[in-house]
Amino acid sequence: MPTLETEVLVVGGGSTGAGVVRDAAMRGFSTVLVERGDLATGTTGRFHGLLHSGGRYAVKDPVAARECVVENAILRRIAADCIEDTGGLFVSTRWDDPAFGDEFLRGCRETGVPVDEVPVAEVLRREPRLDRGITRAFAVPDANLDPWKLVSACTRSASEHAARILPYHRLLGLEVHDGKVVGARVNNELTGEELEIRAELVINASGAWAGQIASLAGCVVTVLPGKGIMIAMNHRLVNTVVNRCKPPSDGDIIVPIRTVSVIGTTDVRVADPDELEVTPGEIDEMLDEGEKLVPGFREARALRVWAGARPLYTPEDVADTREVSRTHTVLDHAKRDGVEGFITITGGKTTTFRLMAEHAVDAACEKLGVVRECRTHEEPLPGSEEERFYWLGARVRAQEPVPNSEEIICECELITRSHLTEALAHGRPTGLDDVRRKVRLAMGPCQGGFCIYRATGILHEFEHLDHRAANTALLDFLQERWKGVQPILHGDQFRQARLDDWIFQGLLAVEHLPQ
Amino acid sequence: MTATRPQPLVGPASYDTVVIGAGLAGLTAALRLAEAGQRVAVLAKGVGATHLAPPTIDVLGYAGGPVDSPAQALPEFTAANPEHPYRQLSIDLLGDSLDWFKARLGDHGYRGGLDENFFVPTAIGVAKPTALLPETMAAGDLRRGGRFVFVGLRGLKDFFPAYLAENVARAPVPGDASVTTRVVELAPPLGEARDVSSAGFARRFERADFRESVLAALGRNLVPGELVGFPAVLGLGGAREVWRELEARLGHQVFEVPTLPPSVPGIRVWETMTSALRRQGARLVIGSTAAGAEMSNGRLEGVVAHNAGRPLTYRARSFVLATGGFPSAGLELDFSGQVREPVFDLPLAGLPGQNEPRFATDYFDEHALSRAGVAVDASRRPVNLEGAPVYENLYAAGATLAGAVPWREGSGNGLSLGSGYAAASAILEAA
Repeated sequence: MPTLETEVLVVGGGSTGAGVVRDAAMRGFSTVLVERGDLATGTTGRFHGLLHSGGRYAVKDPVAARECVVENAILRRIAADCIEDTGGLFVSTRWDDPAFGDEFLRGCRETGVPVDEVPVAEVLRREPRLDRGITRAFAVPDANLDPWKLVSACTRSASEHAARILPYHRLLGLEVHDGKVVGARVNNELTGEELEIRAELVINASGAWAGQIASLAGCVVTVLPGKGIMIAMNHRLVNTVVNRCKPPSDGDIIVPIRTVSVIGTTDVRVADPDELEVTPGEIDEMLDEGEKLVPGFREARALRVWAGARPLYTPEDVADTREVSRTHTVLDHAKRDGVEGFITITGGKTTTFRLMAEHAVDAACEKLGVVRECRTHEEPLPGSEEERFYWLGARVRAQEPVPNSEEIICECELITRSHLTEALAHGRPTGLDDVRRKVRLAMGPCQGGFCIYRATGILHEFEHLDHRAANTALLDFLQERWKGVQPILHGDQFRQARLDDWIFQGLLAVEHLPQ
Repeated sequence: MTATRPQPLVGPASYDTVVIGAGLAGLTAALRLAEAGQRVAVLAKGVGATHLAPPTIDVLGYAGGPVDSPAQALPEFTAANPEHPYRQLSIDLLGDSLDWFKARLGDHGYRGGLDENFFVPTAIGVAKPTALLPETMAAGDLRRGGRFVFVGLRGLKDFFPAYLAENVARAPVPGDASVTTRVVELAPPLGEARDVSSAGFARRFERADFRESVLAALGRNLVPGELVGFPAVLGLGGAREVWRELEARLGHQVFEVPTLPPSVPGIRVWETMTSALRRQGARLVIGSTAAGAEMSNGRLEGVVAHNAGRPLTYRARSFVLATGGFPSAGLELDFSGQVREPVFDLPLAGLPGQNEPRFATDYFDEHALSRAGVAVDASRRPVNLEGAPVYENLYAAGATLAGAVPWREGSGNGLSLGSGYAAASAILEAA
């Protein structure tokens, strides 16, 4: 069996794992990261895209709020390219108790969340689609955060510090000798080949899956996956993150991100983070709540629905997952379970991923008996060196100087042929779904009606795929897309979906492709 | 929208027939009626599905497996699918509609019939069965076998010849003729433009200098006997001349392969049919959304249409509903899962049960909703749940009809043509 040796093995390729591997690599450890699928496909790739100001936790979870305040400011410096500085609002709608606004203000001031009460008239000028019955509004530094760009930038940075990033490597088992984790066996999911990785320390950064991974070393970690559903609407119904000013509940936030707006979310305790069912009732509730913030919300086209699993670590059983703090926990399994060489970092949220990584790697340093300073709060991520925020018009601006200078493969998201070929060249994608995450392929209003065929053609040409591999990529992607589209299909978006079916089934007849 | 009452356009029954929808079904019904001397108006929200799909007339392409002969397969198919609209269209009538269409589209040189399907490549390289096709596509029939060359045009992002050619070489086709494929990529002169649509290429192909450069680049790359497949962008109004010139000058058979929408050969059909309609004195009102009716004693008196912000009532003796299925908004699905026909709110058939899921979890499975639509009687009139006509003078045709899954069956344009033709016959018989 081929073998790799490393000081630190990180399990999990979400924001936490990516943050940990970057931090550890920057502190000079040799590092390997394994992830069972593509990077950022678990909880990180399935959230609403909110960079928290801390406002959402200001009243109920002050520790989490304070962490968000600090990390928000740091990420704005080090990850500017992954952030669109939309700003955020907390608004008291006619369904909300205006008195909560005072509690909210107090909470923000106590936790350090920058906040200003703003005149309702001004808010309605800035966001004219908001309900006219809003009674109070507060501005906070919420923003949106592109999870795929973030993870990709972290792992790129880690690679520059000699980390080896291994997506599509599933952990089969942890090697435990004499009460010490000494390595892992992983399976290359693409080739089927097994690989042994010897490590001095294994950091379990698998979030909602942390309990499953910990059990491989015989440790019991209780992580309650809290299911949250999100729906992407077909355009920017608001240009500012809009939160309801009330105790956190379902469907109380709309995040404008790239060309869409995402409404979220719910919080339902589930048994398995891989089994996240979305029910019609949940969708209905989301759209009803959206209607309260933006009248006519239901008339917009709902593009996709998905669910993510929050990793809620809890020492004992807790009935309501929303009662569990959204801060994170580092577990040294030597102290806790008598298993050496093994750390679990779980809980937390994408906004605080860097801090989680810092704490995990601090613990790693302590265990490995070295003192090395964390620098991730200082050193910008690749692409963010100029500390310039992502701007929604960037793709248009890039094409403006010489119009029609390149083929536009996806008109919805303005993806050019070179965007696509660059993603193919750098990303080693294994299918169109990986390409989707890299360039937002097929994520706009038409959900890939036109660009999927084109992207398959380019994939075939660029990656020298044979017809079978290209056909499989296309058919798999259509099936994968259908999962997110199907539960919510109605109205004009259903009409769009039928046009797409017409193209794939009628015009191209893809179901009759030779295998 | 103001609350103005709809105003009659002109006096009572200004038209013999008002057709709603300008896809193949609506245009067929309208043109037949106009040819028979009727005063006809066509109301349509926009251009029809001609602009989306290739104008091959697929009558029955798949029934279990690929269909070699629609005429032979249809009896068994309709017996197995009693709710299918083909059940009410005899093979003779379908054949008549195909003949009628070939005659009307004389300039397009349509070939074929019900006896056997052609198998022509789609843009991804599937050999797709179709009963009737324009002459510019005929040489692509893979049943005959041969050495095929697919021509790529740099700047056209809706056609990937290398991918297509690989699939075509492996496409199952009736008979055992050998098919080999290869690709020639051209970089025709596009000036500064790098991204040119299929319609943009079609306009360029109508220019002699553009054709010269394509001919010059391609000519030296061909081996005698090869069949040359272009993306379907060989001109709009002048397509026949473009195609003939390419064949003559190259000394090779040339054929078109349909691309993604917009469909250039579909636009040609639209142009031919709407010109013929206008020559017959019919009125074509594009940008007109039909949404409501005036009726008395079980008869439809008028259709209320919104044009340029003002509702107008179009009165006629007969009406044809040919607004298409879901993609054309001839049917609508609301959030609660209810399906509605938006112009007349007609009773619908082929609906899933109240608690039955609308969609299958596998994208390629048949979805419960896909056969939804309007059921009609033997005279092509939409019926209620008891089977009685909703209005004695309202007829329906095309993808609005219940019971078919056009893309899966390869029956879309065949149904539109046959049912549009049959609706016109029923109206003429009733008159």
